[in-house]
Amino acid sequence: MIELLFLVLFPLIGSLVPVLTKSWSRSYSALATAILPAGALALVLQLAPAVFSGATLFYTLPWVEALGLSLSFRLDGLSLLFALLILCIGLLVILYARYYLAATDSMARFYGFLMLFMTAMLGIVLSNNLLQLWLFWELTSISSFLLISFWWHRADARSGARMALTITGFGGLALLAGILLIGQVLGSFELDVLLSKADVLQQHSLYPVILILVLLGAFTKSAQFPFHFWLPNAMSAPTPVSAYLHSATMVKAGIFLLARMYPLLAGSDVWFLLVTITGMTTLLVGAYLALFQHDLKGLLAYSTISHLGLITLLLGLDTDLATVAAIFHIINHAIFKASLFMAAGIIDHESGSRDMRKLNGLWQFMPVTATLAMVASASMAGVPLLNGFLSKEMFFAETLHQDVLGALSWLIPVLATVAATLSVAYSARFIHDVFFNGQPKGLPRTPHEPPRYMRVPVEILVALCILVGLAPQYIVGDLLAVASSAALGGPLPHYSLSIWHGVNLPLMMSVMALTLGILLYLNRKHLFRFQAELPELNPLQLFDQKIKVLLINAQRWHQRFESAELQRYLLWMFLIVVVLLIWPLQQMGQFTRHNAMLPVDALMLAAMLVAVIAAVAAVLCQRQRLLALVMISIVGLVVTLIFVRFSAPDLALTQLSVEVVTIVLLMLALFFLPHKISRASNAGRLIRDGAIASVCGVVIGSLSYAMMLEPQQRISDFFLANAKTGGGGYNVVNVILVDFRGFDTLGEITVLGIAALGIFKLLSRLPLFKPSSDAEGRQWALDKHPMLLAVVSQALLPLALLVSVYIFFRGHNLPGGGFVAGLITAIAIILQYVAQGVDWVKQRLTLEYHRLVAAGVFISALTGAVSWLFERPFLTSWFDYFQLPLLGEIELASAIAFDLGVYLTVVGSTLMILANLGKMTTEHRPVHEGKN
Amino acid sequence: MELLVAIIIGVLTCCAVFLILRARTFAVMLGLTMLSYAVNLFIFASGGLKMGAGAVLKATADYADPLPQALVLTAIVIGFAMTAFLVVLSIRARADLGNDHVDGKLPVAKNTRQGASS
Repeated sequence: MIELLFLVLFPLIGSLVPVLTKSWSRSYSALATAILPAGALALVLQLAPAVFSGATLFYTLPWVEALGLSLSFRLDGLSLLFALLILCIGLLVILYARYYLAATDSMARFYGFLMLFMTAMLGIVLSNNLLQLWLFWELTSISSFLLISFWWHRADARSGARMALTITGFGGLALLAGILLIGQVLGSFELDVLLSKADVLQQHSLYPVILILVLLGAFTKSAQFPFHFWLPNAMSAPTPVSAYLHSATMVKAGIFLLARMYPLLAGSDVWFLLVTITGMTTLLVGAYLALFQHDLKGLLAYSTISHLGLITLLLGLDTDLATVAAIFHIINHAIFKASLFMAAGIIDHESGSRDMRKLNGLWQFMPVTATLAMVASASMAGVPLLNGFLSKEMFFAETLHQDVLGALSWLIPVLATVAATLSVAYSARFIHDVFFNGQPKGLPRTPHEPPRYMRVPVEILVALCILVGLAPQYIVGDLLAVASSAALGGPLPHYSLSIWHGVNLPLMMSVMALTLGILLYLNRKHLFRFQAELPELNPLQLFDQKIKVLLINAQRWHQRFESAELQRYLLWMFLIVVVLLIWPLQQMGQFTRHNAMLPVDALMLAAMLVAVIAAVAAVLCQRQRLLALVMISIVGLVVTLIFVRFSAPDLALTQLSVEVVTIVLLMLALFFLPHKISRASNAGRLIRDGAIASVCGVVIGSLSYAMMLEPQQRISDFFLANAKTGGGGYNVVNVILVDFRGFDTLGEITVLGIAALGIFKLLSRLPLFKPSSDAEGRQWALDKHPMLLAVVSQALLPLALLVSVYIFFRGHNLPGGGFVAGLITAIAIILQYVAQGVDWVKQRLTLEYHRLVAAGVFISALTGAVSWLFERPFLTSWFDYFQLPLLGEIELASAIAFDLGVYLTVVGSTLMILANLGKMTTEHRPVHEGKN
Repeated sequence: MELLVAIIIGVLTCCAVFLILRARTFAVMLGLTMLSYAVNLFIFASGGLKMGAGAVLKATADYADPLPQALVLTAIVIGFAMTAFLVVLSIRARADLGNDHVDGKLPVAKNTRQGASS
């Protein structure tokens, strides 16, 4: 059923329409915006007969099949009901907003956000996958944030939006955790798989955790106590938003989730207790607080909270009939509350105020709107012959059949009646205070009826209130039946939708609530006085304070760790490494020998002794920098010796040549860094660092020893066996570099090139400072380029280049290769710079080192890419043997080309680094072209 | 001999960590250079130590493990590139900020006895 995808796509595309039609007149732009949702509505209506006949429609678009991820939609009765609510009320809101928004408000922005929200809502109700549902769930939070803060120049709009986002965002995270746990326990996120596995889930030990997490998500979204406070603060949104998001749809998303998960999660005592108590508390608190609001929308907001509590309570009661009543009330509440919000918006729009202390006697100014609002609020109060009455009767009837609370079960109907009484009282206040009760006081303008079409949405909704109230079975009977059976996940219980069930207890409760409610309203002065004596509790202020405290604490903790001191970070890192390593080392037990140990020979003993002494000396005389550098280079040489001794000629060659360039580099660095070094650290710090360093050394040393004693399980036998046959070379190390792990090498030379480029950029336009003497005040030597060195180096150059060519070509079969050859070439050229000076070299060598690096990486990559021509994977190597006259048999391998790339990159990068650093004090210092 | 190599690795790590924890960029560079020696030796040793074993294929049956060698070979070159970058970075920092402290600014002396510490 691809239509299901279109259902979500239409409004999503529709969010662009108002932006594109921005230049049109407001009416045409609104009309254009309405087209796509109207199309979606037509699609729903077209699909409805199938759903009414009991089918559930699915649509799946595979995405990452290996992970079980796909775009997955379903349309069953419950989705159908919500989709209809979302689209129908959405269309009415579009019409209403056209007249509500002022000429200065950006209609494109408003409609764009509204359509985005519609997409998100449809996504939630149509999702067959829980993760996908969650994604749309978060999207509603975000689009709701954007809509609440639509008038972003107002502080209350901003803080209200922030609060709503914080609370619903927090709930969204809890929901995600719950969903992930469900996936963990049941092994799927697809609803059609999950819904039949209630037994498995409820037996699982994680069930209470999952339930609480999912409920947190639902309760925050549906503004249930104690998370209810964000909803009244979200009333700073434009009224169409309040009508759409905060009465009819978004706050119902939580309820929808409860209904959707009902077959999976409901049925346990935990569910009953949590959901019922939350619902009941919200019902009472909302209804009570609604009575004391002076703001028209505030009253409606608290009333919404109370009605949401009622629906939650019904779902918590956990009988089939209660669930039917809950679904019925969802429909009824959406209809009458949306119309009430719109009426409130009209009043605000045409009189300039929402304060019920100022608004009085509006009946004489806007009789039609007043009549409509009165019918809707009568429905809210549960007056017979209106839709609110019917679902309230069902609710009363259900509260009478409870026995889970045992001997206290009578409390439920009594509290229900109390809540209904309060609801009658605040409805009465809405009617009497606003439309009658004297004359308006100090309104900014004289109220009058709204534009004709602004009232149409209210008229349609109020007409529905009456029609459903008079002929419920005829109007919504089928819809209620399919939605309820989808929510129940089973057969429907017997119920009858009629306006007269005879004189019974529920009817008596209704009558009592109506009478007491009117009485309560008439005596409201006493109650108001009582309420006024209570300490003022402003949730917004409280919330802001809490957030501020949280931020301050977070900042304090943050500063403790992020102190902008490198030494401290490193200390932490080393400490953590040590702690993480000590534990497994301790678990390993005693060192046990598995292999025969190599005998110690005098030469190595002496060499290593020298290395230890040099290393320690480097630390001790680190403030005499040149000396420390000499010490370090001794260590490097011993490391080279170790490589030679333990059968690694390739490494020894590389280490030796890198050693040379590193020392040249550090010598250059010494010139540029301060020559006078201030006092060393204080003693305490030295001891602390020394202790940590020693522990690191001991741990790493023990780890290496333990590692070398372990029996060797090598994967290298593969490389040894295949180097000749697969890679065509006898030098296995080189074959690994250019063939088996060629992709790694390609990465390595790219990094090398990037580092060289970065260095070039860092050096360009470096503020120049040229010390004229060393730390002791000695002048630099006047003889910059000693004759002897110049002559010898000049003679050495061709020899060195010859050696590097030799090393390069033999690399495949004997120790050597591109890396070593490149380093040797670079050293030979660097020697020329040192011996002859930059000017001399520049005249004779016109190589651009950047180009060399680029060419190197390019050649290597190209060699790899050529394999594609032969329909082989990237970097597949090729080699063959040819008989040539005079030379005999010769091997040609693609690896040679690859190694050439490596060679060029190494030469280019090394020279780029050293030569540019060396040029700093000359007129050839690098200057990056472009703006300073 | 294994013990000897382990001791070398340990001593180099110890000295390197101590140097890296210093406040001046040059000491940190020396420390990093030394740490890369230690790390390279460590990776090299993971293949097991062999004396007089074959480095290239021929008739002998005893070969040194080529894989750690290949890893270390590239590590040596990359290590040089990283050291070079760090060196130039600290030169630039010194030129722009006027000091060679790792944080880019000299710590404010808490009391005169400690002075411009570390």
